[in-house]
Amino acid sequence: MDKTINQKAWFLVLPVFLVVAFSAILPLMTVVNYSMQDTFGNNQFFWNGVGWFKELLDPTTDLGERFLASLWRNLFFSAVILAIEVPLGIVVALSMPREGWTVAACLVIMALPLLIPWNVVGTIWQIFGRPDIGLLGYTLNSLGLHYNYVANDLDAWATVIVMDVWHWTSLVALLCYAGLKSIPDAYYQAAQIDGASRWAVFKAIQLPKMNRVLLIAVLLRFMDSFMIYTEPFVVTGGGPGNSTTFVSIELVKIALGQFDLGKAAALSLVYNLIIIIVCWVFYTVMTNAGAERQPAKGVA
Amino acid sequence: MARIDLVDLAHSYSGNAADPESFALKPVTMTWRQGGAYALLGPSGCGKTTLLNLISGIVTPSRGKILFDAVDITPLSTQKRNIAQVFQFPVIYDTMTVGQNLAFPLKNRGVPKGEIDARVAEIARLLDLTPYLERKATRLTADAKQKISLGRGLVRSNVAAILFDEPLTVIDPELKWQLRSKLKALHRDLDLTMIYVTHDQTEALTFADTVVVMHDGRVVQSGTPAELFDKPAHTFVGYFIGSPGMNIVPAEVRGREARIDGHVIALRRNYNGLPAGARIEIGVRPEFVDVAPPAPGLLSAAVERIDDLGRIRFARVRIGDAKFAARVPAGFSIPDKVAGLVFDPSHVHVYADSRLIEGSA
Repeated sequence: MDKTINQKAWFLVLPVFLVVAFSAILPLMTVVNYSMQDTFGNNQFFWNGVGWFKELLDPTTDLGERFLASLWRNLFFSAVILAIEVPLGIVVALSMPREGWTVAACLVIMALPLLIPWNVVGTIWQIFGRPDIGLLGYTLNSLGLHYNYVANDLDAWATVIVMDVWHWTSLVALLCYAGLKSIPDAYYQAAQIDGASRWAVFKAIQLPKMNRVLLIAVLLRFMDSFMIYTEPFVVTGGGPGNSTTFVSIELVKIALGQFDLGKAAALSLVYNLIIIIVCWVFYTVMTNAGAERQPAKGVA
Repeated sequence: MARIDLVDLAHSYSGNAADPESFALKPVTMTWRQGGAYALLGPSGCGKTTLLNLISGIVTPSRGKILFDAVDITPLSTQKRNIAQVFQFPVIYDTMTVGQNLAFPLKNRGVPKGEIDARVAEIARLLDLTPYLERKATRLTADAKQKISLGRGLVRSNVAAILFDEPLTVIDPELKWQLRSKLKALHRDLDLTMIYVTHDQTEALTFADTVVVMHDGRVVQSGTPAELFDKPAHTFVGYFIGSPGMNIVPAEVRGREARIDGHVIALRRNYNGLPAGARIEIGVRPEFVDVAPPAPGLLSAAVERIDDLGRIRFARVRIGDAKFAARVPAGFSIPDKVAGLVFDPSHVHVYADSRLIEGSA
């Protein structure tokens, strides 16, 4: 079959192409361009090839050490909050009411933390945790616990983690709740008939049916926590020392604090690549988990 | 295995205080024999699923009691009642293989592994699921999934009863016949009480020894298929069972005579003393009325059309305003649009306010 060739079609794609070019492709290419150069200000640039990338992956250099340290810190942070928020979100979703006016009330209360802007959340916890005037900090210290997130690494970590759990567990819970609501009553009735215990019902029905939404929840929470900036920056500013300096905080320090555009550009490219790869791996593993290799065939 | 007694059992989804006429199940007292094959037959919304869920304990009754072997089990949860139920749509545990699905009810009750394996193998063989035992259940067809659901219902050998809630809805017509005969065979082999809910009369009549017909939350008749056909206790049973259904025509009944449109039809029994003020109707199945050439002494009717069902033909006729169906004898053709009707008196029944009246000899 002969296709009609009509070059006019290109003009129809052109507006979208322009928008995408200016919003995504050109800025990204600028970053790629910067990542290959060094600047000493004054808009003077010098070619550096893949030098920054080599340094990034080499812990003996200053850049490499800072990047890798913040990367491990950030991965650890993501792992901790996933390990807390996912099970907690499931438990919350399971204990939410199924019907009646309490459903609406619960949903609204759950949604509240999600509606608060990041730096407001940061500010709330920054004040809440202060040992001199904050309700939490003051109470803990009065109880004899020497809690001070400005001075102790552990306290700073605890504050940032609790803050993230407070802010985002609702998201996981709401997604799980949606998954639970989609399970027909017949499943629960059949499980009763089959004599299933509460735990067996969870394992055999609820968890498998929440599979899909949990995948989304894990992906969203991983990406968000891996890119976290505002909240810890407002609360701890990355400190004490560098103990809560996550990758994005390090990135901003290099790009805007030191105005090392080349290093920052290289770092942000690698950062971006890591996020894409990790998400791809997550997605592939979780969608294939439990899936059978054999093609589907009917029994008749 | 048990005898199940329902004592004055009733249920309303809006609570005990609701208007008795609005109850989903109006008070019923009846007995299900150990080992019986029962069908609960009725149109959608007649309360049959409610009755089933009350027996299995998914729904707690507003009133009345349920006894298993004379022991009151009304307050017991479903888990403790030792009953199996198969639902209208397949319920499959997604993460498990077919074999694990079948073993699930036994595993939950702590049956020893050897016994589970033997039982699962047997049920899989009966339902032709053996080749699929190791497969994940999620990817199978709806038919196969429903077979697994049936299998989970059948896998426990000591249940008081197995309840089926329209289990073959999702199954292909051809396979439906096979599975139904299989269930019937299983019933004979296993000596289990089975209660089968359906709105399909063929399904009910072929499966059950006893058919329980429900209408508007009430059990209107319970009996063998032949009883339901020959002697419907309620006009609803008359036209719900049989195809075409029973003819129900308003009539004046006095002694051994019924009068329709001024024409007299002889009755087998004496119907003096019918309740005063009741709506009196006579009911007769189309199989027991023949059309004949119009003649004096025969009730005459206007013929509207002839339905040819292959082995038998029915004439759709009209007596005054009432629609009526009657058999067309083989080889008989109707010259013009008027025919006479010949009644078989032993199959003409009299109903007062829709209920069958037994005349005196």
